[in-house]
Formats: sequence, structure tokens, C-alpha cells
Amino acid sequence: MHLVLVGTSHHRAPVELREQLYVSAPENPELVRRLAGEEGEAVALSTCNRTELYVVDDDPEAAQERAFAELAALGELSESEIAPSLYTLTDEAAAMHLFRVAASLDSMIPGEAQILGQVRAAYETAKEAGTARQLVHRLFRQALRVGRRVRSETAIGENPASISSAAAELAERVFGTLEGRRILVLGAGKMSDLATVNLISRGVESVFVANRSVERAERLARRFGGRAAGLDAVEPELEHVDIVVASTGSRGHVLSAEQVERAMRLRKGRPIFFVDIAVPRDVDPAVNEIEGCYLYDVDDLERVVEESVAGRREEAVRAEAIVAEEAEGFRAWQLSLDVVPAIASLRARAESIRTSELERAEGRLGSLSPSERRAVESLTAQIVNKLLHAPTVRMKQAAAAADGVVYADAVRHLFDLDDRDSSARQPGE
Amino acid sequence: MGELAVILVWPALAGYLEAAVAYVGDGVRPGRLSRFAIWGVRIGWLAQTALLVVQATRAEGFPWGTWAGSLNLFVWLVVGAYLIWGCRAPFRLLGLVVMPLAAALFTVAWLSGGAGDEGRSELGDIFLAFHVGLILAAFAGFTLAAGLAGLYLWQERRLKSHAPGVLRQRAPSQLALDTLTGRTILVALPALTLGLAVGLARLGSEGGGFDAVMAVALLTWVAYAAFLFLRYEAGWRGRRTAYLALAAFALVAVALVPVAHF
Repeated sequence: MHLVLVGTSHHRAPVELREQLYVSAPENPELVRRLAGEEGEAVALSTCNRTELYVVDDDPEAAQERAFAELAALGELSESEIAPSLYTLTDEAAAMHLFRVAASLDSMIPGEAQILGQVRAAYETAKEAGTARQLVHRLFRQALRVGRRVRSETAIGENPASISSAAAELAERVFGTLEGRRILVLGAGKMSDLATVNLISRGVESVFVANRSVERAERLARRFGGRAAGLDAVEPELEHVDIVVASTGSRGHVLSAEQVERAMRLRKGRPIFFVDIAVPRDVDPAVNEIEGCYLYDVDDLERVVEESVAGRREEAVRAEAIVAEEAEGFRAWQLSLDVVPAIASLRARAESIRTSELERAEGRLGSLSPSERRAVESLTAQIVNKLLHAPTVRMKQAAAAADGVVYADAVRHLFDLDDRDSSARQPGE
Repeated sequence: MGELAVILVWPALAGYLEAAVAYVGDGVRPGRLSRFAIWGVRIGWLAQTALLVVQATRAEGFPWGTWAGSLNLFVWLVVGAYLIWGCRAPFRLLGLVVMPLAAALFTVAWLSGGAGDEGRSELGDIFLAFHVGLILAAFAGFTLAAGLAGLYLWQERRLKSHAPGVLRQRAPSQLALDTLTGRTILVALPALTLGLAVGLARLGSEGGGFDAVMAVALLTWVAYAAFLFLRYEAGWRGRRTAYLALAAFALVAVALVPVAHF
């Protein structure tokens, strides 16, 4: 059986094409059933960044053709039109690619957390559709393990990758959890909105929006279930809030150091975190010098994000090593598929000879006591095991060195074996 | 020094040294060595616990009555207190302060004979167990509080200077560090109070003069009492309380030296 991957991702296809090739959840089971056919296996992994079809078939070319045809149909394009945007990988390379995907090493932002859940969902869909069998089970379980290992053994997903998440994580470095914290939003534009959404997702409790236009402030406040007022109401509010997000279009400072100093006296040392994402800046930079005040402007935040992304890249090197190690494990397992049926047949043949010879000797063994009989059974079984031990080990070693097929054929020929007649144990079970 | 004690000193010292080195490495490249560091702390502390048990069973009286013995017990208390917080990922950075100190003090205690099983003071055993034990437990708490305060100031400087890598190093939040510094002192000060009360009671019953050791110990008590008043009554927070905790700890360091005269 061969593993074939045909797909596209953000590396190859623009968003318009990725949208066309997207496989929705209701479409997925039918698609994988068509791809798998009667005997094969298939999984369709479709996210906003990629659509990848994993097909297992004896004939890799036929599997590739089916996958091409399905993707062309999804995109309503001819196969020649879609071909430049697609990549095809087989066997070990396909497995390694999936492991990199699950480890978020192939994502737009290395370390993003969603992809592992998406890989799991694709696998679950294939299981429910009945298109996951031996190879897919092994491949996807191992991919999920790779994803988990990379998350737990490296720090690839630990640091922020956007300005709004950097601001939120810095606020957490000051306050710990943001649950129950209060936020003052200066300005009612897009940037304030993004930063506020991120902070609310981390548990910020109440939002106060202040803007030159009270009407716009009310509109934004309604979205977050908060209160709104004009900019003149800011100073009294400073006594009560923990985080200030400033993003007005004002030309001068909206908050002076003197205003903040007055508020800090009333706060009795409780810290306050300022995020100034406005250009020109809304908050006097001198605020950062006040005890208990932490002020970050857009440049500061960008530097934190750059450092963080650089850190993710460093961790990605370690993650690649984990992926390579797991891919090697998968390769060894896949190669063992060549010899396991031959080994199972050989053992079945030996066992059948042993039992039939014991039956033939039944007349001569009739006088034996039950314990003597058990001793004879045990003795013959040991002889068979010892005889087969060395060829079994050698065949497994040959499989790991990619010579497994040759050895398996030789054993089949020498012992006149037929895999179909054996009760071969399935590898990986 | 007994043979068993010697056997236990080495793994304890090796564990603490390994942890100290791993924490330094983790400080340089965050996230890689912290697991090794915490295992070093655990192994070292367990070996030292076994050492203390051996000392307690073999000595005829209170085995940590000497200066070096007290230091040995003090290190064990500090590392034990650290283990409570240090096992939690955000607090591991505290090990960068605690473990080199523990390794150095334990080495000094060992070289001065405090890790053997011959230690015995001429003073009463029960008195020593309460007096020295409580004071050293309090000092261990103050050491930890100083570590937390130091971590607060270090992180404040990084946050204020907008260090780009500020998020790459795992650390507790400023609020958590500030709160824990206060709480640790809140727990340690009653232990110091009790330890001093036992000492003063003995002074009252058996007589004796008021010496420099007592003066420093009482000054330490006053400094930490002032800390608690300013922290919980006057509303001091953050940088000011961190500096105050460090200043008070300087008195602990001074007080630890004359403990040699017990």
C-alpha cells in the first residue's frame, strides 16, 4: 500500500483559490469515500490555509489521479489549470509533511494552536466515514503525537505573534490573570476594537470607552457590553481601571503624566498598564517613568512580536528534529509491512507442521501422562520458536534497510508460502 | 564525620550545584534546562533531608546547634520553602537566586563541619530546637521573600525598559510577586517572634547580658514588622515594598553571621 498526498496551501495558492478548494464539514465524508474507493483509505484535511487529500492505495498513480480530479472539481477548474498550485508527495515524504503540518511548522505563523485540532477533526471524519484503516490510523495517530510532543517539548507556541496578543500577554505579566480586570479604551477605531477583543477573550470584565464622538464610543461600548463617555471623563476613570488601550486620531497627548500621577495617588500603588497604539501617540511617554505604570507604544509592541517570532523560529529547529525522529519511526513501520505477512505465514506454516506431526504421532503418545504430554507440546513449540527466531530477526533488519521485499520473496519461495492463507497478524495492531 | 553522612552530602551538593548551573543556563536560553534544574533541586533536597535525619538519629542532642549545623538546617529550610513555589513553572526563575545561594551556603556548612553527625551544643536541646529552629525557619522565609522581591525588581526593569525578550522568559506576574513577598513575610514574622520570645524567656530565667546578636535579631524583627505595617496598613505596593524587603534581608544576612556564637 502506498500513501499519496495531493494538496495545496498558503505557500502555493492565493486565498481566492484556497477558498474554492475548501472542503466543508458536510462535504468531507462523501469526498473521502469517493477517494478511498472499495479497498483504499483517505483523509481530507481542509483549513483556511490548506486543502490536502491523503489517499492510501496499491496504485499510487491511480490515487494521485483521483485526488487531482477531486480537487479540480472542487475548484471548478481543469486539471491543467490547477496543477501548478498543487503539490504531490508519496509515502515517507507525505508522512513527514503531515507531521510538520500537525507540529504547526508549515503554518503561516509557526506554533499556532489551531492546526492540531483541525488534523484531529479530519482524522475523526475519516474514521466516521469508514475510510480510515491500518495505514491512516497509524499515520494520523502518530501525527497527533508529533503535534503534542512539539507543543510540550518546545516553546514554539508560547509567545505572541501579533500586536494585540503581545499587549494582552504583557498585561498578564503585570496582573497575572486578566479575569475581572477593567479596561479603558480611548478612541473607537479598528485598532482599539482588535486590542479590546483580545483582552476580553482573556477575561477582562468591564469596558469603558471614551472618544471625542460619544456616539461612536457608545457603538463600540455596546459591542462589549460596556459604558461610554467623552474624553473629558477619562481622568476620574483612571482611578478604577487596570488597563488603558489608547488609539484615538488626536494630534497631541490625550493623557498627560500629571493626570496619571494624580490618579496613581488615589490608586494606592495598584499598577496600571497602558497600551498606546495611536500614531501620533496618545499617552505622554513620561507616564512610563511613574511607579506602577507600564506604557507600551506600537513600536515597543512590534519589537516584542519580532523577538517572539524569532524565538518561535529557534524553537522550530528543535521541532523539526522531533518531526524527523517520528518520520523515521513511521518509515521503519511502513517498511516492516513488506515482511510482516511473510513472517506471519512462515510461523503459521511451522505451527501447522508441528500440530499435524503431533496428531500423526497420537498413537505412539497415547500412553503419556498429561504432564508428559504438556512437556512434549512445550518441547516442540520451543524447537519451532528457536528455528524461526533468527530468520524473523533477519527479515525485520532487512526491512529496516529497505531490503525487506527481497527477503520476504525469498522466504515465500523457499518455504512455498502464500500470505492469503496465513492468519497473519496485522502490523501495528 | 560519619560515613553515611559523607555519602549523603555528595548527592545533596551535586543536586544543588546541578540545579544552580541549570538555572543559569535556563536564564540564558529559556525553557530548555528548567526541567533538569527542578530535578536537581528535588534530588538535592531529598538527599539533604536524609542527611538531617541521619544527623538527628546519631547525635546525642540537638545536632544543629553549631554555626555550621544551623547553616545546614537553614539551607534545607530555604530549599524546602522554594520547592513549594519552584515546582510551578512561572516561579522557577526564582531558582536563579535561591539555588546558587543554597549550593554556596551548603558547601560552607559542609566544609565547616555542619554536615557531619558530631554536632552538639552545650545549650539545652528543647530550647535550641525551638529557638534556633523557629528563627532559621523565619530566616528561610525572609530569604525567599527577598528572592521574590529581587525578581519583582528585575522584571519591573525589563518591563519598563521595553526589553523585546521580556515575554520569552517565564516569570510570575508583578502582582503575584508583590503579593507573595508580603504573604511570605506575613508567615515568617510570627516564627521569628516566637523564636525571639523563647530566647528572651530563657534570658529572663537564666540571666545573661544583651549582646549584638540579640540587637541585630530584634532590629530584623522591627524591620519586618515595619514592612508588614507599610504593606498592609499604609498601602505600600510594588517597587517600594520590594526595596524594603531587600533592605530588611540585609539585616538577616548580618544576623546569620553571629549565629556562630550560639
